[in-house]
Amino acid sequence: MSATGIGAAVRRKEDQRFITGKGHYTDDVSRPGQTFAYFVRSPHAHAKLHSIDVKAAAAMPGILAVLTGQDLAGDKIGNLICGWMIHSKDGSPMKMAPHPALAATKVCYVGDPVAVVIAETLAQAKDAAEKIAVDYEVLSAVTDPAKAKSAAQIHDVAPKNTIYEWHLGDSKATDAALAAAKHITRIDLTNNRLVPNAMEPRAALAEYDSGTDSLTLWNTSQNPHVARLVISAFVGMAPEHKLRVIAPDVGGGFGSKIFIYPEEVVCLWAARRVGRPVKWTSDRSEAFLADAHGRDHVTHAEMAFDGDGKITALKVKTIANLGGYMSTFSSSVPTYLYATLLSGQYAIPNIYCEVDAVYTNTVPVDAYRGAGRPEATFVVERLVEVGARELGLDPAELRKRNFIKSFPHQTPVIMAYDAGDYLASLKKAMELADVKGFGRRKRDAARHGKLRGLGYSTYIEACGIAPSQAVGSLGAGVGLWESAEVRVNPTGSVEVLTGCHQHGQGHETTFAQLVSERLGISIDQVSIVHGDTDKVQFGMGTYGSRSGAVGMSAIVKALDKVEAKAKKIAAHVMEAAEGDIEFRDGKFTVAGTDKSMAFGEVALAAYVGHKFPTQEIEPGLKEGAFYDPTNFTFPAGCHICEIEIDQETGETEVVSWTAVDDFGTLINPMIVEGQVHGGIAQGVGQAMIEQTVYDKDGQLLSGSYMDYAMPRAHNFPAFKVDTTETKCPSNPLGIKGCGEAGAIAAPAAVMNAITDALGTEKIEMPATSMAVWRALQTMNRNQVAAE
Amino acid sequence: MAMTMTGEVQLPASRDTVWAKLNDPATLKACIPGCEDLNMLSDHEFEAVAVNKIGPVKAKFKGRVTLSDLDPPNGYKISGQGDGGVAGFAKGGAVVSLTDKDGGTLLTYNVEAQIGGKLAQLGQRLINGAAKKMADQFFENFAAAVKG
Repeated sequence: MSATGIGAAVRRKEDQRFITGKGHYTDDVSRPGQTFAYFVRSPHAHAKLHSIDVKAAAAMPGILAVLTGQDLAGDKIGNLICGWMIHSKDGSPMKMAPHPALAATKVCYVGDPVAVVIAETLAQAKDAAEKIAVDYEVLSAVTDPAKAKSAAQIHDVAPKNTIYEWHLGDSKATDAALAAAKHITRIDLTNNRLVPNAMEPRAALAEYDSGTDSLTLWNTSQNPHVARLVISAFVGMAPEHKLRVIAPDVGGGFGSKIFIYPEEVVCLWAARRVGRPVKWTSDRSEAFLADAHGRDHVTHAEMAFDGDGKITALKVKTIANLGGYMSTFSSSVPTYLYATLLSGQYAIPNIYCEVDAVYTNTVPVDAYRGAGRPEATFVVERLVEVGARELGLDPAELRKRNFIKSFPHQTPVIMAYDAGDYLASLKKAMELADVKGFGRRKRDAARHGKLRGLGYSTYIEACGIAPSQAVGSLGAGVGLWESAEVRVNPTGSVEVLTGCHQHGQGHETTFAQLVSERLGISIDQVSIVHGDTDKVQFGMGTYGSRSGAVGMSAIVKALDKVEAKAKKIAAHVMEAAEGDIEFRDGKFTVAGTDKSMAFGEVALAAYVGHKFPTQEIEPGLKEGAFYDPTNFTFPAGCHICEIEIDQETGETEVVSWTAVDDFGTLINPMIVEGQVHGGIAQGVGQAMIEQTVYDKDGQLLSGSYMDYAMPRAHNFPAFKVDTTETKCPSNPLGIKGCGEAGAIAAPAAVMNAITDALGTEKIEMPATSMAVWRALQTMNRNQVAAE
Repeated sequence: MAMTMTGEVQLPASRDTVWAKLNDPATLKACIPGCEDLNMLSDHEFEAVAVNKIGPVKAKFKGRVTLSDLDPPNGYKISGQGDGGVAGFAKGGAVVSLTDKDGGTLLTYNVEAQIGGKLAQLGQRLINGAAKKMADQFFENFAAAVKG
């Protein structure tokens, strides 16, 4: 290992600029003649849109245009799309309703944009927006997914507000196993809706060049090429080669910046109409209504056990709320990213899952850190924990009995797990967490009037998204390979162009570490270029913990080609046979001699072209590669949470957290630890404080930080984070991915700990202090009544 | 979101005087906090414009107000819908009843309202306080008007 190679806890190269305010975000970009966009949004959750009077607004000072959905339709700008086709049980395709970037005939949620004002200044745009009169005919609204089917129909294409009724697995075999079970554990769960809240709000700046008839969009995207593809091919804004998308520094995404949103489409369209650059930057309040939310499932699940505590079947019925329209990848989240993980870490012979996806009058729901996999883990890990309690077994023991122990393992729900050692991570976590000492800690807590509980979460996820043919067969509209280009400069420094996009992951460091390891050069000699469709040929972006497993594998392929060509050149320069050239620690050596050339010398020779036949070997040193994975990767691990509850107030504190994860090869253990910390924080936030509240009319009541609680440092103890390692066999580096693990593992660990402390399962996320206090009061009342 | 508010005010005037003032557009315009304009459309219907601030949301509400269930001089129902543009909307009504008390008139009111948009998103914690404050201010003004 070189000092900055694979496995080194190198400090992040990008942090210098981020922590000194030198980052360059979309809102930092300003173009000559720039104007500002302000969106008028529906205050009603469900209404017909009769007319919009923009005359008074258009006459205000500084106004360049006031545009509506009618104008958008008039200019034949296409609708936004959902790019993953799901078919219902009966074979019918999902009911994707038209989603115009500006609503033209009806609005479907509070925040649905109906008009945009383009002005010289943002203040002028806001003032003019006050003058727009919109004539709404308010219709009855629904926000609760469980009530969607009987509510007023939102879209003509979707009777009973049902998008699809999908299923996976063997219904008959599962029912038979349930019928034959010694014990069945049943549970009803709500997976609460979350507002993503990346630190940098979304933004878009669009510029039209009439000379070349081309558009440029700067935006906060996790996947600029996908944005360009959708905006070209589906929205029809401009041909792909006439649209450049640049996603510069992006301050957090968590999935919410994958999607193609109305605002960027409108900015592009408006920029061309007014002939001036148009900028929109969301403020925080707007983000609550304009960014796709996460989760929002209602689930009933049953797990069957035989007499030995072996799981024999799992049956799950979920209603997934997709909100007012289908967002870009919304259909895949509660289906192929969810039900395919319901086997957890366990050998479960029979699984059957039904998912009904519904429209409601709420902000659209799409992928959010973990995307489907946290929901699956929550179902499985809550069931296993409750099952252990009902069977009178230690929850760790029940898990051990059911762990998958040999690999590869084909689950009944598509996934073929390739490698893992679930017992190892459980054991290590139990030691680190001192599970043996828990009884003593519980007694100590009781002396201070506190209830102490311990909860496990032995989660699994499918990452490294994704093998193209596999996802294609499941309905994905695109392949999910990745590309890379390695450009070696004549002086030996290297630029790596990647189709991944970093927005907090530290690619500028970890990708450089890979190059450092392979070429034997310092990471300071390596630049990572990403996020610009004019620089990087194509790429699928960053989500689903894919950048290491898929993106770096593409870089490995390109580096292999660079090394092969450099060896040829070195052979000519050193007048040796190509087969005799060895490359190690940044040096090309003629085997068995002291003749050698440093990597930089070969790079220079490649560009000078004096000492090798350029008719046979092209000058220069630049190679590209596309890498398509052969399987998903399967990070897994064990998180153990301990909480204490104040019996008088319900105040609940996470007092200990242990995470032992198997991510395969670690490129940078410090960055991995940071990813785990952030994931746990988001998972604990979901489990304990983050609550998205709609009233029955569809008003978002938790629409600001006054009412929507985000986790802060004081919500957490110091985390004990460690790893075990089984290499991922399907990619050259053995990487599994770590970006989502914490958020996937944490909610179940928290809720298992809280229910352990309380002695009741009757509490839902978020288990706020108030919810815990109420659960305690209910138990006390029931106890008094029983006595 | 739904908002309810009830209250009562002792007014230093007879029931007939209070009733007349409750139906007088000029009095209402002078007493409604932030009221910029109030025009009668018919005997029991008027259009009003009022500027109000609730927490961080300042809005100019334009709306049509209807008086119904008229029972002179005992009370009526006043209801309407105000469109605050990008700030959202408010709609609802109040049942107002008058009784003789201590040589004056006791006015009781029962408000039920719905608010939406930015008002609900940002102002919901503040809405009850703001509404109470506005009501207090209205009746303070109104008490002065009936006295005068």
